[in-house]
Amino acid sequence: MDLNFTPAEEAFRAEARAWLEANVPVGLPSGDTAEGFALHVEWEKKLFAAGWSVVSWPEEYGGRGASLWEWLIFEEEYYRAGGPQRVTQNGIFLLAPTIFEFGTDEQKARFLPRMAAADDLWCQGWSEPDAGSDLAGIKSRAARDDERGGWVINGQKTWTTRGAFCNWVFGLFRTDPEAARHSGMTYLMVPLDAAGVTVRGVERLDGDEGFAEVFFDDVFVSDDLVLGGVNEGWGVAMATTSSERGLTLRSPGRFCAAADRLVDLWKRQNAAGEHAERVAAMRDDVAQSWMEAEAYRLATLADVTGLVNGVSQGARSSLTKIFWSELDVNLNETALRLLGPTAELIETSPDAVDGGAWMKGFEFALSGPIYAGTNEIQRNVVAERVLGLPRK
Amino acid sequence: MQFAFTEDQLLFRDAVAEFFANECPPEKVRWSWDDAVGRDASTWAALAEMGVLGLTVPEAFGGMGMNEIDLLPILTEAGRYAYPGPLVETVAVVAPLLAESAPAAIAEKWLPGIADGSVIATVQLDGQPFVNDMHIANLLVAQRDDRLFAVPADKVRSTQQVSVDGARRLFAVEWDEADAELIASGDAALQAVNRAFDRGAVATAAMLIGLSEQMIAMTVAYVVDRKQFGVPIGSFQAVKHHLADAELKVSFARPAVWAAAYGLAMGSADVDREVSMAKCFASDAAEVVARKALQTHGAIGYTTEHDLHFWLKRSWALSSSWGDALWHRRRVAHLLLDN
Repeated sequence: MDLNFTPAEEAFRAEARAWLEANVPVGLPSGDTAEGFALHVEWEKKLFAAGWSVVSWPEEYGGRGASLWEWLIFEEEYYRAGGPQRVTQNGIFLLAPTIFEFGTDEQKARFLPRMAAADDLWCQGWSEPDAGSDLAGIKSRAARDDERGGWVINGQKTWTTRGAFCNWVFGLFRTDPEAARHSGMTYLMVPLDAAGVTVRGVERLDGDEGFAEVFFDDVFVSDDLVLGGVNEGWGVAMATTSSERGLTLRSPGRFCAAADRLVDLWKRQNAAGEHAERVAAMRDDVAQSWMEAEAYRLATLADVTGLVNGVSQGARSSLTKIFWSELDVNLNETALRLLGPTAELIETSPDAVDGGAWMKGFEFALSGPIYAGTNEIQRNVVAERVLGLPRK
Repeated sequence: MQFAFTEDQLLFRDAVAEFFANECPPEKVRWSWDDAVGRDASTWAALAEMGVLGLTVPEAFGGMGMNEIDLLPILTEAGRYAYPGPLVETVAVVAPLLAESAPAAIAEKWLPGIADGSVIATVQLDGQPFVNDMHIANLLVAQRDDRLFAVPADKVRSTQQVSVDGARRLFAVEWDEADAELIASGDAALQAVNRAFDRGAVATAAMLIGLSEQMIAMTVAYVVDRKQFGVPIGSFQAVKHHLADAELKVSFARPAVWAAAYGLAMGSADVDREVSMAKCFASDAAEVVARKALQTHGAIGYTTEHDLHFWLKRSWALSSSWGDALWHRRRVAHLLLDN
C-alpha cells in the first residue's frame, strides 16, 4: 500500500495548478443557458489551446497522454482552482471512451480532435417520452436506405442536456423492429443541423434552459456515423453508461472542493456570530458531508488502483453512481440548512450568500439521483449483478 | 500510488480465513456464549503458531515486527467469523504500545509472551468503562490520569458485566498503583494513550467491516433460498434495495478503514482525523447492515436459534466500542472546524 504520488506526478500537479490558478475564469454564469454556454465554450477552447482539455487522451487527438492517476490529479486541481463544470463533458467523458473502444480510425480522427477543441459540442440522446429507466424500450426508428448508403431516422429523444446549444447528438435508435428488446438497436451519431432535426429547449427545475427535446423527421445519416456494429448498439451504449455511472463523469475532485467550501462556509457563518445555535447544531452534519466526499476520494483511489492493475469496476460502478449522487445532494442540503432563512435566495438576489451558489448546487445535485439511470435502477443492478440476487 | 494490499498480505489473510473457517464456525461462537469461560486456549495457541499474535511484536522480542496495514486484513477475517478472543486488545493495542512506549524491562517481560501466546493482554484507557477478557488475561495495561501502567492480572479485582453479545466478557476493574509498573507518564503517556486509542478504533473498524460483509453474505444466501409467493424473496425490489443499501455502506466505509491503517503505519499528519472517519463510517455501516440483515431475514432472524443474532449483537457491541459513530464524527468536526 502506498498513498503517495510519484515526483513526476507531483510535478504534473504543480504544472496544472500553476496554469489553472492563473487562468480559471471567475464567476462564469451557468453553462446551461445560451449566453452562459458561449462563455463556457470560450473557456473550453482556452483549456484546449494550453493542452489541458483532455489530459488522458493520446497526443494525436489533442491530449497529453497522461495516466489515470494524472487525470485524477488534474481533476483535483481543476475543481480546487474553482473550475466550472465542463460543458463538453458528454463528448469528452461519455462519447469519447466509446469511440476509443468501438470507433474506426476514421471516426477517431474525424471526431476526437474537434471534440477536444470544443469545435463540436455533443449531447446524448437516450431517453424518449416512453422510455427512461427502461432504456431498451426506445422506439425511435432508423430505417435502412441502401440507395444512399445510410439510415433514415424518425422519432423523438428527450431530456437531452444542453441539446439546444450543441451541434451533435449520439444515442440509440431501433434498426431492427422485429428483434428482441435488447437486440436490433444501433448506436448513431447525428448532426443536429441535418435536415429534419428540430430541437426544442425545455426549462429545467433550476430555471435554466438546460434540457431539450429532439425531434427527427426523415433525418438521413450516412453509414460512417454508425458507432460499433449495426444492431449491436446496446452493448456499445452500455459501455457509455458505465462511464457515466462510474469514474469519468464524476471525479472526486469536484466533491472534495465542494466539501472544503462547505467547511469554509461553516467557519464564515460561525465567525459572523449570528444564528449561533444553528451553526453549532450543524457541526456534525458538516463533518459528515466532508467525510462523504473524502470517502468517495478514497474509494476512487482504490478503484483506480484496480483499473491500473487490470481489474475493471464492472457493475460496482452502480455503487459509485449512487454514492456520489447522494453525497452531492447531502452536501448541498447541509449548506442550505446552515444558511437557514437566507437559503432560498438565488443568484439574482442582492443578499444571497455566495451568489446563491448553494441553492443552485442543490437544484443541480437533485438531478444526480435521476440521470444516468435512476438510483432505483442502480440499486437493482447492485443487488442483481454485484450481490447475485435473482432478476425474477 | 497503490491503494491495495500486497500479494503476501492477501495470502496471509487467506490462511487466517481458512483457519477461522475451521476453528471458529458458528457452533464455536455459540459455545462461547454458553461456556463460562468462553475462550479456548488451543485456538489462541494456534493463532500464536501462525504468527498472528506476534504480528505487531518487534522481531527482537520474537514477533514479526509488522504494522497496522499488515494486521488489518487479519482483523477483518476475525470479524467475519465473529471470533470472540481479544485480538484487538492484545495484538492491535497492547503489543505496539509496549514496544513503543514501555521501558525495556517491561517490554522484555511481556512482549515475548504475547508473541508466543503465553501472555494475553487487555487494556483500559480513560473513557472506556469496562475491560474485555480480564478473566483470561495475564496483563492489564491501564491509564490513570496522565500515567500508564502495566498491571499483572492477579493484582486486578474485577466484577463481571453482561453484554448483549453473550460471547463478550466484560469487567469493571480496580487495582492499586503499588501493584503496578509505570509504563509512561505525562505527555509521553498521553501520546501513547492517544495512539493506542487510535489503533483500537481502527482495529475495531476492521472487524466491523468483516462482520458487515458476513451479515450481507448470510442475508444474500437467505433471500436467494427463501421463497414466498412462489419466488425467491431476493427477486423483490424492496428486498434488493435493502441489500444494495447495505452493500453501499460497507463499500464506502472499507477504503476509509484502509486509509486509517495506512495513516497509523506511516505516521500521517492527519491520522486522528483519518482514524475517526474510519470508525465513524465502519460503525454507521455495521448498524445499517445489521438492521437490513434482520429486516430481510424476517422472523427467523429474530430468534436465537438462527446464527444471525451472533453477528447482529457483536456489531452492536463493537460499533460503540473504541468510540461510537457520534463520538468520532464530533472528533472529525473538531479537527475540521476548530482551527
